[in-house]
Amino acid sequence: MTTETTATPNTQPNPRLSGRLAELEERLLDGDRRALARVLSWVESGDQRGREMLRALYPRSGRARTIGLTGSPGAGKSTVTNELAKAFRKRGQSVGIVAIDPSSPYTMGAILGDRVRMTELYSDSDVFIRSLASRGALGGLSAATQDIVHVLDAYGKDVILIETVGAGQDEVDIAGAAQTTILVNTPNMGDEVQTLKAGIMEIADVLAVNKSDLPGANRMVSALKALLSLNPDRGWDPPVVRIVATQGEGIDKLAEACDSHFAELQASGKLQSAELDRARQQITSLARANVLNQLHTESGEEHLARLANDVASRVSDPHTAAAAWLAGS
Amino acid sequence: MSEASTMTDQIRVLVAKPGLDGHDRGAKIVARALRDAGMEVIYTGIRQTPDMIAEAALQEDVHVVALSVLSGAHMELFPRVVAACVERGITPENTLFLGGGIIPDEDAAALQDAGFSAVFGPGAHTGDIAEYVREHVPELDRS
Repeated sequence: MTTETTATPNTQPNPRLSGRLAELEERLLDGDRRALARVLSWVESGDQRGREMLRALYPRSGRARTIGLTGSPGAGKSTVTNELAKAFRKRGQSVGIVAIDPSSPYTMGAILGDRVRMTELYSDSDVFIRSLASRGALGGLSAATQDIVHVLDAYGKDVILIETVGAGQDEVDIAGAAQTTILVNTPNMGDEVQTLKAGIMEIADVLAVNKSDLPGANRMVSALKALLSLNPDRGWDPPVVRIVATQGEGIDKLAEACDSHFAELQASGKLQSAELDRARQQITSLARANVLNQLHTESGEEHLARLANDVASRVSDPHTAAAAWLAGS
Repeated sequence: MSEASTMTDQIRVLVAKPGLDGHDRGAKIVARALRDAGMEVIYTGIRQTPDMIAEAALQEDVHVVALSVLSGAHMELFPRVVAACVERGITPENTLFLGGGIIPDEDAAALQDAGFSAVFGPGAHTGDIAEYVREHVPELDRS
């Protein structure tokens, strides 16, 4: 189940990078965590240096296993992430953690508090934790999440855990970003109708019922199982695993459930097709962002203001105006 | 999406409480105030060792390390956090170190010699802290 380490990575710095960046890349590939931290900042903020580093590092990525964790606020995602990290470390695998919390839509400030539940990992130099603010993205991740994962992957992490913002029902981007998605539930999360709704319940490859020492756990487990039995056959039956993350109970089973899912992905060939989907999705979302950036120039903003006027006063309609904005006329 | 991808100067702050005192109300108020000032605040919780704080500062690549101690052990703990950071290449040249707590003036002066650029006591206005950060972060060597 470990990632292949047979291919000796090429540790020569990339010739396309200039002096300072080449040096930084060499340090990063040498395991320097400060170099990694700095490159992640550049990549996150869309800095040109980040883009160059990513281009140089990208060919080295693609070896890490990626596991996403999602669920409601307070379901215990950070604690589960912490425990899973420990489980993979016990197997000798190195772990990267990307933990995302929401940015304020008003100030763009954020409190990133997932580390509070992960302090016992700090003394382990084979665990690297990076907190990200969602920075305006709506799907439960941040726009840079994939790139951050690529860099941690190229750096040599065996397993990368991606913890989403506390998700509601519609924050499902994680399913496209990670190979395996764990949905963390808790007992008494509402009646069974909640489990029938579309969206987040559909993306889980593994379901964890956390805090399963609380009353209502049995009912939650049966409700989830009943729901899953109605699913069309996807070639994989998502297991429901009872855990008490604060006690570390059931975590080995959870890790094994992730292993089984990964094995199924490999056996069915879905690992490759999902990788293609991920690539396609990242290309389209970056292209979309690029197009918007090109539109938001000074003259583009003026044009937008005129079009907004037309739409608000019913001279034009939103679809026509959007087409006009795109066409620049 | 466009805003998200063009935000290159987001200030990241680590707010941490070294030592054993469990009073984090002040730290949380400062964290909240800096958030409201548009910064990304990584909050690590109480009872952190200097190494834990330095490790978090390293991994998160923060511009600011803001420490709070209310037990009176600041002269003991604050310099040890700076030392643990410097060991990892996080120095007062590339990172702003701020101290908070009930800190007498003579200690504040000594802390400045130990690498702290400013010390904020009980009377400090949270708006002043945010302004101080915004003013001094651009002076850091982040190359």
